[in-house]
Amino acid sequence: MKDVKVLGPGCKRCVATAEMVQHEADKLGIAVAVEKVTDYAAIARYGIAATPGIVIDGKVVHAGGLPKPEDVAAWLAA
Amino acid sequence: MSIASPDQHPGALRSAAPRIAAVAAALVLWAALYASLQPASEWIVAQLPLDPKSPLGQAIAFFLYDTPKVLMLLTLVVFAMGVVRSFFSPERTRALLAGRREGLGNVAAAGLGVFTPFCSCSAVPLFVGFVSAGVPLGVTFSFLIAAPMVNEVALGLLLALLGWQVALAYLGFGLLIAIVAGAVIGRLHLEGWLEPWVRELRTAPADVAAPDLTVADRIDAGTEAVRDIVGRVWPWVIAGIAVGAGIHGWVPQDLLASIMGRDAWWSVPAAVAIGIPMYSNAAGIVPVVEALLGKGAALGTTLAFMMSVIALSAPELVILRKVLTVRLIAVFVGVVGLGILAVGFLFNAMFG
Repeated sequence: MKDVKVLGPGCKRCVATAEMVQHEADKLGIAVAVEKVTDYAAIARYGIAATPGIVIDGKVVHAGGLPKPEDVAAWLAA
Repeated sequence: MSIASPDQHPGALRSAAPRIAAVAAALVLWAALYASLQPASEWIVAQLPLDPKSPLGQAIAFFLYDTPKVLMLLTLVVFAMGVVRSFFSPERTRALLAGRREGLGNVAAAGLGVFTPFCSCSAVPLFVGFVSAGVPLGVTFSFLIAAPMVNEVALGLLLALLGWQVALAYLGFGLLIAIVAGAVIGRLHLEGWLEPWVRELRTAPADVAAPDLTVADRIDAGTEAVRDIVGRVWPWVIAGIAVGAGIHGWVPQDLLASIMGRDAWWSVPAAVAIGIPMYSNAAGIVPVVEALLGKGAALGTTLAFMMSVIALSAPELVILRKVLTVRLIAVFVGVVGLGILAVGFLFNAMFG
């Protein structure tokens, strides 16, 4: 089970990012637990400057803007 | 589907050529369409059972010509900016600014603020991310003021509609306000006026691998920006042009010259006071600016109005309240407002 956190205050892009992660994981058959982190202090502690951000198993893989689906798949499979 | 490693793009060279060809073809089509706007709109107005000299006729002519013109210019500007912005990211900007001294840091921050892409919901994470990574407060403010103040959409539209002198003045003075206001806030040493949780937070910047972008990726970034921004702001543009058309058709020539003209010194503070609580998209305000100037409003007064509408808005202040105390927000509004005021007076004195 991969632990995925989507960092963002809950704007449209953040919701879309979380959905994309779940969708790509389902396609690859990877079990994930997606959690949305909306608290500003909690987001800041990951050291990112732009949202949405994606953290997989404690490692920040993306910050700022809607990621590309193929990149999300690559991060999940890594 | 196959999973390509993000740093390898085997199809990059192959996919760039058709995209470049498509962009070139689109540009030719754009130019042809743009050149035919004036005759086409005149022809349509001539078919209407209206006196073209009447207020309604003038308003309709303004609306019919300006709507496609502004939307086409907007598309072009947003595409170009989308490509340019793919070279910048908030993470890279923060790395450039962290540990910078005030002064030169303010200048760099204001410049980067124009080009670094971030969505409005990122303003708070960005602010906290900058401050907690060691970017000085004043430098962070220079960035945060320049980003909305020197709006690329407004800049492009001003350039196209009102000429390079006005666009350059807007760019120069917008940057100047961001630099000076940030430097003033830095000098006041107001770190204690941040919300306590922001002050105490110290984080190491995350090490996010920057994606390797190809030419095709950058062209796609431009197309994506058009879809996103033009798709979002077009109602604002049409609303702005409708207001502009109303001003164009019905507002008498001398009325604005006396209220917003150069001789009415109080018009600059009045324009700023009215503009701060107002919120409009930058793309919506430029057609209004165009119409105001056409009716004899002074350039400085009009620019001051536009800057205060774009740079300071109630929704933005509400978001910033999460990280700034009310006192610091008041300083922020005061310093930026004074800067805009100064620009308004200066312009009216310069372009008389």
